[in-house]
Amino acid sequence: MMMLNATRLSSLVGVVIGALIAHGAQANSGDTLAAVKARGEVLCGVHPARHGFASPDSQGKWSGFEVDFCHAVAAAIFGDATKVRFVALSSQQRFPAIQSGEVDVLARNVTATLGRDTALGLNFAPPIFYTGTGFLVRKDDGIAKVEDLNGAAICMAPGSTTERNVAQIFAARSMTYTPVVIENNKQLVDAYVTGRCDALTKDKAALPGVRAFDTEDPSAHVLLPGIYSKEPLAMAVRQGDDQWYDLIKWVTYATFDAEEMDVSQANVDEKKSSKDPDVQTLLGVIGDNGAKLGVDNAWAYNIIKQVGNYKDIYMRHFGPESPIALDRDKNTLWIQGGLLYGLPMQ
Amino acid sequence: MLDANPAYRQRPSRRMRDILYSESFRTAIYQIALAGAVGLLGLFLYQNVIENLQRQNIATGFGFLREISQFEIGETLIEYSSRDTYFRALVVGLLNTLKVSAAGIVLATLVGFCVGIARVSNNWLLQRIATGYVEIVRNIPVILQVIFWAAVIRNLPAPRQALDLWGTGFLSNRGLTVATPASDPAHLWMILAFVAGVALMVAGDRWAKRHREATGRHVDILWPGLALIVGLPLLVWLAFGAPHAISFPERKGFNFAGGSTVSPEFVALMTGISLYASGFIAEIVRAGIQATPKGQVEAARSIALRPRFIMRYVVLPQALRVIVPPLTSQYVSLIKNSSIAVVVGYPDLVNIGNTVMNQTGQAVEAIAVMMLVYLIVSLVTSTLMNLYNRLVAIKER
Repeated sequence: MMMLNATRLSSLVGVVIGALIAHGAQANSGDTLAAVKARGEVLCGVHPARHGFASPDSQGKWSGFEVDFCHAVAAAIFGDATKVRFVALSSQQRFPAIQSGEVDVLARNVTATLGRDTALGLNFAPPIFYTGTGFLVRKDDGIAKVEDLNGAAICMAPGSTTERNVAQIFAARSMTYTPVVIENNKQLVDAYVTGRCDALTKDKAALPGVRAFDTEDPSAHVLLPGIYSKEPLAMAVRQGDDQWYDLIKWVTYATFDAEEMDVSQANVDEKKSSKDPDVQTLLGVIGDNGAKLGVDNAWAYNIIKQVGNYKDIYMRHFGPESPIALDRDKNTLWIQGGLLYGLPMQ
Repeated sequence: MLDANPAYRQRPSRRMRDILYSESFRTAIYQIALAGAVGLLGLFLYQNVIENLQRQNIATGFGFLREISQFEIGETLIEYSSRDTYFRALVVGLLNTLKVSAAGIVLATLVGFCVGIARVSNNWLLQRIATGYVEIVRNIPVILQVIFWAAVIRNLPAPRQALDLWGTGFLSNRGLTVATPASDPAHLWMILAFVAGVALMVAGDRWAKRHREATGRHVDILWPGLALIVGLPLLVWLAFGAPHAISFPERKGFNFAGGSTVSPEFVALMTGISLYASGFIAEIVRAGIQATPKGQVEAARSIALRPRFIMRYVVLPQALRVIVPPLTSQYVSLIKNSSIAVVVGYPDLVNIGNTVMNQTGQAVEAIAVMMLVYLIVSLVTSTLMNLYNRLVAIKER
């Protein structure tokens, strides 16, 4: 893993130049889905190690919230959620990888922003996770709020939106700080744990995982209250292939709509005989939504049966029984005061 | 008679064939063809990249350099804030690369020369220790050495429990903070006086050499020279009324106030890359010393030169001729090795380039800028070392 960094620059050059030559043309409508079907699997770019979102176990089997969304895409296309190949990508590698066609879709803690949507040639599906910049600090340092961090050394990863957000958070409060920017996640967390930094900053949703898995005594660290920036995490695809973009978008909406209609992994087979036309449409009992999207009509049924609705996925990774219990906060349905709003499946 | 020779009559076409078959002409044709092919390949790659980037609606060009960076940098040699441009951020990164490289080259050279001389020492223990050192630092990947030093420094006590260096500074996992003279206008003039001292010593050395060649008499300018180098700045300092205010560091907030701080990332990176290079430099120095023929030393002894002069006027000039070219490539590779700063978080050119690349998404341009800068820095280093090599090389007469 460490040696990965040494070759980062050269591998990146390879990714950028090599892949642009090899796959550059692959962005016309319909190309991606056809290529995915011909290949027999979806190439999904994920975070190399973010507990709760994407991490491989000792057998190399990936699990996590975003990993499940990759599985959902595969379930929609192939009726088989396992037909995914995961490509672990660093912050630097992720955009060249999606641009060059090395992966079909990014589900890698990508914050949807205007700059990325335009200058990077990406399209963002609806956000699947709403979070913001958070700070992890040592309990005995007596830091209660972000204003107490004036003059602190702050550890962060390079190239993330976090770097920019921290600059704005501190500038807005006329405070100073010393950024310590480390790319390798292990080295980054280590720098915080050993005391090089007073605070570790990441997306707020990523910090409980660090506290639970990477610190010796999780109770000695606390998350500062409050969220200090908007970080809507969404799946991203290349611009130019509208059919593929539509599919990824509706896979996302299907998980929202299923939760709203109370169709879950546990009851999806019973719900198939529901008289509710909305449920029937969702599950492909009536209508031809599948054909419109270029996949099997039971696409949403397959997602829910094999992966689950939004709540199933969320609870699997952030529920009270998971090692990283995270309050759903804004990641609830709009009818419960949250931000998840699935468009109608008509 | 000549006119009757059929070969002579066919002269024009034969001359044509001569040109076609001539070695130099053919060589030139092949060279031109090869250069053309390489050029075309480069052009094709460039156009392919540009075309594909445009087709995918990805921004291209270097306009992004003028945009506002919106991120902070931990250590800067020049004024910088998140309201400056990406270009300035990259300049900050380049200066940090040069800073760590310069310090690393000095440390690697000092350690390398000492260890190299110890390698040929007659003292058994010293020689063994030097050999062991070389084998260890040379054979462990540089990235692991840098991570090792970073881990060592991180495990120093936190600022609140920092080791107090008898009132002169603190050593903690935030780096080394030491008392420094409070800034004063005298300092600039003292530096100028120092430079003047060095220049005078060099001039003196030239004069001494001419004098020796003309008269055969040796004038030792070492001590007068050193006196100039130390004395001139001292005089300037006294002339300014001997300002002696010193900024002492003290614990304040999360860190220290006052004094100067060397960051842990800088120390870890510099130590790692320079010790790694010192192993190679030690071997180069050893090879250089051993490459001087034994007869040279014996001949020098036989004309009753003092041992100090043997080293200075006989062994060293010949050893340097062997040492300098491989030393150049060590310096260049040390500069390039500094790019592993990303692992420990030192804000060098690559680290900042990474951030710029990710914020703008212009990977091709950002990488191109980084490659170009490293190329220029390495070529300049080689050129300077080649000039130095020409100075120390024994002039063939």
